[in-house]
Amino acid sequence: MASRYLVEICFHGRGGQGAVTAANLLVAAALIDGNKGVQAFPFFGAERRGAPVRAFARISHDEIHLRSEIYNPDIVIVLDESIMDIVDVLKGLKKNGKILINTRTKPGEFDFSKKFIVATVDATDIALKHEILVGGIPVVNTPILGAVPKILDRVTLKSIQDIVLDKWKGELAERNVKATQDAYDKVEVKS
Amino acid sequence: MTEVMIDTGNYIAAKAAVMCKPDVVAAYPITPQTTLVEGIAKYLATGEYKGEYICVESEHSAMAACIGASATGVRTFTGTSSHGLLLMHEMLHWAALARLPVIMCNINRVVGPGWNIWADENDSISQRDTGWIQFYCSSNQEIFDTIIQSFKLGEHEKISLPVMISYNAFILSHTSMPVFVPNQKDVDAFLPNRAPKWKLDPDNPITFGNIILPAEYEKVRLDMQKSHEYAKKLILEISKEWKQRFGRYHGDLLEFYKCDGADYILLSMGAIGAESKAAIDNLRKEGLKFGLARVRCFRPFPKEEILKLSKKADLIVIDRNISPGMEGALFTEVKASLYDNTDAKVCGFIAGLGGKDVPFGDIEKMCKKVINGKARHIEWFGLEGV
Amino acid sequence: MKKYDVVTTISYPKKGAMGKTGNWRVFRPILDKDKCVKCLRCWIFCPEATITRHKDDSVDIDYVYCKGCGICADVCKVKAIILEREGKKK
Repeated sequence: MASRYLVEICFHGRGGQGAVTAANLLVAAALIDGNKGVQAFPFFGAERRGAPVRAFARISHDEIHLRSEIYNPDIVIVLDESIMDIVDVLKGLKKNGKILINTRTKPGEFDFSKKFIVATVDATDIALKHEILVGGIPVVNTPILGAVPKILDRVTLKSIQDIVLDKWKGELAERNVKATQDAYDKVEVKS
Repeated sequence: MTEVMIDTGNYIAAKAAVMCKPDVVAAYPITPQTTLVEGIAKYLATGEYKGEYICVESEHSAMAACIGASATGVRTFTGTSSHGLLLMHEMLHWAALARLPVIMCNINRVVGPGWNIWADENDSISQRDTGWIQFYCSSNQEIFDTIIQSFKLGEHEKISLPVMISYNAFILSHTSMPVFVPNQKDVDAFLPNRAPKWKLDPDNPITFGNIILPAEYEKVRLDMQKSHEYAKKLILEISKEWKQRFGRYHGDLLEFYKCDGADYILLSMGAIGAESKAAIDNLRKEGLKFGLARVRCFRPFPKEEILKLSKKADLIVIDRNISPGMEGALFTEVKASLYDNTDAKVCGFIAGLGGKDVPFGDIEKMCKKVINGKARHIEWFGLEGV
Repeated sequence: MKKYDVVTTISYPKKGAMGKTGNWRVFRPILDKDKCVKCLRCWIFCPEATITRHKDDSVDIDYVYCKGCGICADVCKVKAIILEREGKKK
C-alpha cells in the first residue's frame, strides 16, 4: 500500500520524445526539493522512435522499497496527445487523480475533466519555438516538466531549471530553461 | 564529504568500480549491461578512470583478459549479462580455480530463446558451481556499496576468489535512485591497493595452472571450500566495517526485516527482496506475523543462519529462477540447509521469470496462501491458479 | 489451437507481426500522384515495405503500417512526397 507520502507518476509518450529523460529529470529535481526517496524507471518494450513508450516516477519522503511497475498513478503525464487514441492513459488513475496533457485543447474540453483534474499545455509549440529538436522532431520533455509544479507541490520550477542547467550546457541549456518557464506560465489547470 | 548522486544502477555501478581504481577493465557490451561499460568508458574519457580499458571481441575474451591481468597482480573489473555470462562459463571456473579476485557485475537477464531482455536470475544461478562468490543486490545504494566491499573481500589473502555482484535487468540496471557516494579518500582508506602474495612477474618467473595429479587435486578444491566458509565470517566483518565508516548496512549474508517474533519468514533475492518489504509491512498491519530474510549472498550460502530461522518460523521461498526437472534453486538450498534439524515447513514459489512484474500484492497473496494451508510444496505463481 | 505437444517460440510470416505500427507516426507522408514519375525509389527504399506497387508501377502508401520515418520523401527526386504533422488540426 502506498504511504500517504508517496506520489506515483506515469509518463506516456513516443520513443524519441524523451519520456524516460523527463522521468529522470523530474525525480532529480524532487530530490533537491527534499524528497529523500525518489525513483525513475522506463518500461522497456519497443523502444524505437515513434513507438508508444511509458516511464514511471515515484516521489516519497522516505526510502522506497517498491521495485514493481506503477498500476495506480496519482498523476499521468501525456507527452503526445495522439497516444490517447491507442493507449488508455487513464487506466488505473486514482480517484481525483491529475492528468497533464501536451495538447492545444483546453482542459474543460476533455470529457474526463469532470472526473479528474486536467491540465493542458502546448509543449510541442513551445519546443518548436525554442528549437528543442532532435533530428528535426520536437522534444517535449523539458517543456512539459515546466508545467508539473502547477499540479504537484512536491517539486519546484527552480529545481527543475537547476537540473536542466546541470544536464545541458550553454545556449541549449538556456533554451531549455526558457521552455520550462514558458510551459509553467502557459499551462491551464481545470479542477 | 559525501555527495548524493542520482542515476541508474548501471551508472552507479560504473562509479563504484572506478572509485576502486581497477588497473584493468575488459568488457564486451550486452543489453542490459551496456550502460555500465559505457559509464566506465565515459570516466576513461574524462580522466577519472586512469586504468587500462580493453575492448575485446567477446565475453569469453573479456574474462580471459581479466584473468591474465589479475594474474600479474593488478586489480580487475568487468561486467556482463545473460548470454555474455554464459559465454564466459569456462573462464569463470578458471578465474576461481586460479584464485584470481576478478570482480564482476552481472545484470540478471533471461537466457533465450524465447528472446527476452528482462529480469530473471537463471543466468547467474546456472554459474552457481564455478567457485565465484555471488551477491544479489536490491537497490542502487546496495550495488554501489557491495562493489567496493567485494574488492576487499575477493582480494583478502585468505579468500583470493572472484566475486560476482548480480542485480536485476532494468528493475535496477535502468532505474534511477539516489545514492550516497563517499569521497575518494575514504574509499581509499577502506580499500587498500591489492597486495597479492604471488603474481606473474618476468623477474621472478613462476607457472600458473600447472598439471596436478589426482592425489593432490582434491586439496585445491578443499581449500576453495574453506575459503568460502571463511568468506562467511569476513562478509560479516566487512559489512560491519562499512557500517562504521559510512553508516550504511544492507545485511551481510542475509538482510533481516521484521523477523522478530515472526511465525513465517519469507526468503527472496534481488528486486523481489526489496518489494517483499512492502508486502511484509502490509501483512504486519493486518496482524500477520511475517518477516523477511533477503538472501544477499548466495555463494557462500548462509545455511547456518537459515537453519536458525527455521527453529522459530516456517519458511516461504520465492525464486526468480528454475532448475528444470527440480525446482527453484533457492528453494532447494534452503531445504538442504534444514535437513534433519528442524520441523519447519517450507513452501516454494516460482515467480517473475522473464521479467514478469512481481508487485507486493502478489507477494502478499503467496504469503496468505501459505497461512491458509492452501499452498502446495512448490507452485508457479499466477500459472497454477495461485 | 494447440498445434504442437510442447510450448516453444515459433512464429510464422504474417503482415504486421509487430502490430499496427502506423500509429507510431509523428509525420505522415503524403503522395502527390500528379508529380509522381513512377521511378519506384520510394518502393525500393521504404524499410518497412509499406509502399504498395501496382501493375502500372504507380504506388500507394499503406498508412496502417507506415511508421512515418520520412525516407520515402527524402529519396523522392521529384518531391512528390511531402511530410505533414499527424494529429488534429486546430
